[in-house]
Amino acid sequence: MDITVNILLTIATAATPLLIAAIGELVVERSGVLNLGVEGMMIMGAVGGFGVSYLTGSPWIGLLAAIAMGAVFSLLFAVMTLSLATNQVATGLSLTLLGLGLSGMMGTSFVGQPGERLPNLDIPGLTSIPVIGRLLFGQDPIFYISIALTAAVTWFLFKTRTGLTLRSIGDSHTSAHALGIKVIRYRYLSVIFGGACAGLAGGHLSLVYTPQWVENMTAGRGWIALALVVFASWRPWRVLAGAYIFGAIWVGQLHVQAINLQDFVDAPWVIYKVIAFLKSFPSQLLSSLPYLATVVVLVLISRNKRLTMMNTPASLGQPFVPDR
Amino acid sequence: MSANQDGTNLLEVRGLTKIFGTLTACDHIDLDIARGEIHALLGENGAGKSTLVKMLFGSLEPNSGEIFWNGQAVRISSPGVAKKLGIGMVFQHFSLFEALTAAENIALSLDDGSPISSIAAKARALSFSYGLPLDPESLVGDLSVGERQRIEIIRCLLQTPQLIILDEPTSVLTPQEADKLFETLDRLRSEGKSILYISHRLEEVKRICDRATVLRHGKVVGHCNPRAETASSLARMMVGNEVQAVVRAPVEGIATAQPLLEIRNLSRKPATPFSIPLKSIDLNVRAGEVIGIAGVAGNGQGEFFESVSGEVLQQDAGSVRIRGKNAGNLSITGRRLLGAAFVPEERLGHGAAPRMKLSENLLLSRHATDGKAFVGGGGMVDSAAIYAAAQRIIEAMDVRKSAPDPEAAALSGGNLQKFIVGRELDRRPSVMVVNQPTWGVDAGAAAHIRQALIELSRSGSAVLVISQDLDELFEISDAIAVMHNGALSEPMPIAEATFEKVGLLMGGAEPGHAEHTMETA
Repeated sequence: MDITVNILLTIATAATPLLIAAIGELVVERSGVLNLGVEGMMIMGAVGGFGVSYLTGSPWIGLLAAIAMGAVFSLLFAVMTLSLATNQVATGLSLTLLGLGLSGMMGTSFVGQPGERLPNLDIPGLTSIPVIGRLLFGQDPIFYISIALTAAVTWFLFKTRTGLTLRSIGDSHTSAHALGIKVIRYRYLSVIFGGACAGLAGGHLSLVYTPQWVENMTAGRGWIALALVVFASWRPWRVLAGAYIFGAIWVGQLHVQAINLQDFVDAPWVIYKVIAFLKSFPSQLLSSLPYLATVVVLVLISRNKRLTMMNTPASLGQPFVPDR
Repeated sequence: MSANQDGTNLLEVRGLTKIFGTLTACDHIDLDIARGEIHALLGENGAGKSTLVKMLFGSLEPNSGEIFWNGQAVRISSPGVAKKLGIGMVFQHFSLFEALTAAENIALSLDDGSPISSIAAKARALSFSYGLPLDPESLVGDLSVGERQRIEIIRCLLQTPQLIILDEPTSVLTPQEADKLFETLDRLRSEGKSILYISHRLEEVKRICDRATVLRHGKVVGHCNPRAETASSLARMMVGNEVQAVVRAPVEGIATAQPLLEIRNLSRKPATPFSIPLKSIDLNVRAGEVIGIAGVAGNGQGEFFESVSGEVLQQDAGSVRIRGKNAGNLSITGRRLLGAAFVPEERLGHGAAPRMKLSENLLLSRHATDGKAFVGGGGMVDSAAIYAAAQRIIEAMDVRKSAPDPEAAALSGGNLQKFIVGRELDRRPSVMVVNQPTWGVDAGAAAHIRQALIELSRSGSAVLVISQDLDELFEISDAIAVMHNGALSEPMPIAEATFEKVGLLMGGAEPGHAEHTMETA
């Protein structure tokens, strides 16, 4: 039982940064902006979070620094693409490259330094309930933020007038402009929100997941978050589903790769056979399984073309220059 | 015209000027609109009508000039300011969001923060009181153009404006839908509201407008009472000279002529959730005739053109036959080699590559069919021959341009259209298919293009014209078929066709009992 709880906790920890970064990017893309710089903003959040936490001794201040770092870094993208109307794809890619390089340079003195981990929630009485206690009341604070964020963004996008306005801008910025909606202002705020989320996701990596600084520690998670948004057809709860499917299979394949088949000779026959079957694949194939499975599942749940069409921001990635 | 409350006009514009780069789109415009009048703003494409009303609605900022609202000088810096003053606008290119519902679209332009459900109820009530039924829950992407316009009108009326600006509202409507619109406008006028009505359809301006201001090249060239003018005198004011009438001689013995373009049981599944399926279309276009296809935009004309031109291939090779040969599975080039020519609706992007020169665009579309003329020995392009051919087309079609061989994007829409049509005519194709031949083209150029299409057919070619402009179809067609919801009606000989009959078919009535069917919501 304890092993199961531990595995579930690992899955949540693996899924949380993906979920937060993807929810942020979802809001950005719903406003019609394609920011491919998620990876760059995430790694900047990671280095900023670890650095400030290391210097101040407080992982909480580090967490705020990670959010601020992502937001400030995304502002660079916003000024380029929104005020100067540069190509969003090229600008996003260069943001990622810049972030990876810059974080490596900023982090040289932090390499190998011990970091402090954000403490897990501990509510006396509740956390010690068997099994569900640790799952519900004993995780790291960012896990709770990620779930709350998903609910809040869903409510904001689909229940509030401001959210409706944001979606309308993503559908047609020219129509929105004709109605007098401040397209550029909405997009600035969306991009900065997305940056803050990416920064927070990076902070999770360097303050919770592996509390230390390693160059390139985001390891492509920003790209996975980007893909999740698209395959989840821009819907928050599907992003959550995607993040957890990815996390689960990722953790699962790590376990399969790590365990020794001989330890299971006494286990029930079915379990033994399944593990033997999985172990028969080359490890490279197992490593690619999370990516494959996530894509397959999300493609299957977005088979309704009409729903996908309705949720796809039609003006995604197009630069907008209002004529005055 | 109702009496002014305090002797001032509702809106007065003095010396309004807007400059884009080197182009003066509006040049010291003066305009007065009284309370309770329908005021027409007339002008050719590019005369500055849209620029003027965008300044009145706050979408564009004037370079100089003044606007007085109820006698007070005002600065309309954004659409929000215009709405607060009491100016509402129904846009030419609808400013709607396809992925949202009608109610959500309406809510977006109201700033009062009331819940969507109450807005939906208000919109439903208002729409029924004006006889413009509207389902607030429907998705805009699923609605016809006429229904979309209702949303725009209802949205505008919910803001209780004093002045309503309508930018070419009937260009996308069936005649019956237009009649309904005129009733609504009459009622609004009787409620004391003012309407600024932009159009280049002179008959309807004569019918509903009290006064007219005519623009030409960004300047006001006259004011008049449209009811006291004739359509041709109004046209003369707009264009600056006489517009030549198109001549169409009747043809004999069409029934026995050989069909050059045959379409047999052409069906197509919708490519996207918002596009229209084609439902077993049959059509013959014979040598010597022009067949027109009427229909409200978005009823499958685009999908039909793509299937006929070969932009989209068919499973069944026999569904499109050109000069007696199966062509359904051939590419555009394959169909061109059989003697067909195609002019798509979008000029930039489909009809021409915007950043390439006219001569290069000529080579792009004709390198396969005219390879011998344009490509010399060793596969080298014969620039001199292409340039000469481009100049020949430019001369034949009277294309006005600023450089000897400009980029396609540098030409005005009308001139580029003349070049694209001319490029195909120059081949003397035996089958010519044109989608919206004169969309956005001024009257003089449009007459030129229409005459050229008629002459092509009389020299023994089959011509198929898809158009939303009924006047145009009645001017050039020997028979008119109507496309509605992906199905095509039997072609009606022009002698039997009337606006009313065609209009009913456009609205979806069955041909047999067309006289009894009313348009449904």
